[in-house]
Amino acid sequence: MTTGIQSRLFPASLKAKSARAGFLFVLPAVGLMMLFLVAPVILAFSLGFTNAKFASPKDPEFVGLDNFTEMLSLAQVSVAADPSDENVAFDNLRELTKPAAQTQYSGMQVLAESYNDGGTQADFTIAGDALFWKSLRNTFVFAGVVAPLQGGLALALALLINSRIRGKVFFRTIYFMPVVTSMVVVSILWIFFYQKDGLANVLLDAVIPGYEPVAFLAEPSLALPAIIFMSAWQGVGFHMIIWLAGLQTIPGELYEAATVDGANKWEQFKAVTWPGLQTTFVFVLIIISIQAMGLFTQINVMTKGGPLDSTTTIVFHLFREGFRKNEIGYSSAIAIVFFVIVVAISIIQRRLTRERD
Amino acid sequence: MIKTSRALLAASAAGILVLSGCASATDDSSTSSGSTSGGGSSASATKVSMWSHAAGNDLEIATVKEAIADFNASQADYEVVLEEFPQESYNDSIAAAAASNTLPCIVDVDGPIMPNWAWAGYMQPISIDSALEDSLLPGAKGYYNGELYAAGAWDAALGMLVRQSTLDAVGARVPTVDNPWTKDEFDALLAAIDATGDYDYAIDWGNGWTGEWFPYAFSPLMQSFGGDLIDRTTFESSDGVINSPEAVAFGEWFGSTFANGYANPAQTGDRTEFIAGTIALQYNGNWAVKDAAEALGDDLLILPPPDFGQGPKIGAASWQFGVSSSCDEVEGATEFIEFILQDNYIVAFANRIGLIPATAGAAAEVPSYAPGGEFADFVTFSNDFGVLRPPTPAYLVISTIYEKAVADIINGANAKQALDAAADEIDANLADNDFYR
Repeated sequence: MTTGIQSRLFPASLKAKSARAGFLFVLPAVGLMMLFLVAPVILAFSLGFTNAKFASPKDPEFVGLDNFTEMLSLAQVSVAADPSDENVAFDNLRELTKPAAQTQYSGMQVLAESYNDGGTQADFTIAGDALFWKSLRNTFVFAGVVAPLQGGLALALALLINSRIRGKVFFRTIYFMPVVTSMVVVSILWIFFYQKDGLANVLLDAVIPGYEPVAFLAEPSLALPAIIFMSAWQGVGFHMIIWLAGLQTIPGELYEAATVDGANKWEQFKAVTWPGLQTTFVFVLIIISIQAMGLFTQINVMTKGGPLDSTTTIVFHLFREGFRKNEIGYSSAIAIVFFVIVVAISIIQRRLTRERD
Repeated sequence: MIKTSRALLAASAAGILVLSGCASATDDSSTSSGSTSGGGSSASATKVSMWSHAAGNDLEIATVKEAIADFNASQADYEVVLEEFPQESYNDSIAAAAASNTLPCIVDVDGPIMPNWAWAGYMQPISIDSALEDSLLPGAKGYYNGELYAAGAWDAALGMLVRQSTLDAVGARVPTVDNPWTKDEFDALLAAIDATGDYDYAIDWGNGWTGEWFPYAFSPLMQSFGGDLIDRTTFESSDGVINSPEAVAFGEWFGSTFANGYANPAQTGDRTEFIAGTIALQYNGNWAVKDAAEALGDDLLILPPPDFGQGPKIGAASWQFGVSSSCDEVEGATEFIEFILQDNYIVAFANRIGLIPATAGAAAEVPSYAPGGEFADFVTFSNDFGVLRPPTPAYLVISTIYEKAVADIINGANAKQALDAAADEIDANLADNDFYR
């Protein structure tokens, strides 16, 4: 009954109709995603190869790989030192690294130092951007600890909640509440918890005999662990829900069969639960890793990268470089490097977990 | 069933389209700068948009809104429309608006930031009534390249707050403007207060306030030692200035107040400890003094900071009003700025927020700032000790780098190394930004 034109405008097949309807439904979401996710990423990629400034009357210029060479350059320099005055070695190094010196090392900063036995020579590792390497280290430490901590804790909570206990919904809600609380609010509260006379110290003092209160966020060695703990606490509810969803896909008959075979709780977990959670495990691992690599809010609110660069992260560093030090182009270059690192980690995780099957 | 749900879908889609059409129509009529009205039509005065950083400061924003309401009612040509922002994100919001060319007409700007915004093209010079301009305190006007870009209703000053009873208990003398504490006297005072064991800490430096507080509060102390943030003749290098022996001496001394336990490196930003009595001294500004005066009454002393060699120094210049470069209603904007800088509003700001009135005329009408008034000392501090932060477009970067250096010193870093690193970082950034010329 339909003519040629009509059949083009009004496809008779239901499959084509629903495909077109589907496309139209997805179009707004895809359009928004292109506009607010993909376009900025492409823009950032292009800015990373320029010397664009946050505020400047001049136009940005293409500088090629200069941002990357500055970010990733490392060097070893040895200078004379004085065992009685540590500033002497640093002053000698500065003769080479201060911008006015106009040497190949100008503008580089100290990353690490070591001294020979007599203390008369200092070997410095200097970097074009020392904060970048420190941020990288801190970010990897954070992600490496938070992933098992938060993921493992979430699994434990999910197992508890999945069992036949009373008040399941109550506990589920309680554990999930930190997740829906703004990270800024959580960070501000935990600043007070971590004070010398704050809740954390009061609790530890009650539990540990002979405990000396300490201001967690002012100690270079304790600030990052404190933030790790707080972040895990905030995010555990989210992954608990995901583990719960995975647990509920495991058929109950398998547990019954295991009980019949005489397996105890731990053997049941190893033989039935854990294998059934493989896909959930991969998902949780990748999500936690990616989220952890992007650590920023807690740092910006609680420590601003301190104390002594012990909590600076890649995203915080690029934020500071771009928005506080006017260097949007350099900041975009850091973002590109960050993107490459996160993609690499995701691919490695996928590979490793796939081979296990 | 399918037919009715399809009809429902179509009806709701149509409804949404109609609503959004209505919404965008009303949006058009209320968008800010750029929309003009027909002359002589009293129903629609030209809208002049204004942004304020004072959201959350109830008293300050209430005064601004009063001035706006009065201005709008006093004439029919312009209608100022206010949008408030929290202070912490205000500067970023302005920068984002500049990037997307949606700046409001009237902006308020923190004094030391103005050169950067003027250089970046966010603001244009203004010309206000010359008598008004002359009557404003130096810290209440902002000049860049010799032109006036901003004018404000107040200035802020810093001082040492302490209880008379605290000084009596340790036998310390009360310093005066002509005879301030010396560095040794101040060190002895901190040690003596610490030795009593009555306080958690001897002094609250305010290091819980991050951001602009660090250079505002601490660079004058550094200037009292003899250091500075940047070479103020060329504004092209900080080497030898921010890490001069005097500046390093400041760094070492300042760090020692934390290392000795006189101050808390993890200080929080609410700063309630002074009024609560758990910290003896508080280095704070006149905006905080009203609460302290109400709580402590006569026991409160407002003292100049110590003289570390170059005389006591405090920061100057606070928030001021200016006009953005993309403003079409410059006349209306300037009229409003002159309106809000009338004495009665300056008096209102001073009375409600406790800031120094920007004109002598207003000061005479504010009892606490009139000669002999409760807070009149702050006026003296401002006149005698006030030093401006370096008026250069590079100031934003200097401020960030200095903040990190001081934060590192507070956390125990070697002062010379921290300040050397700051000098190198500033110089590198200056060179990379073509010295912000």
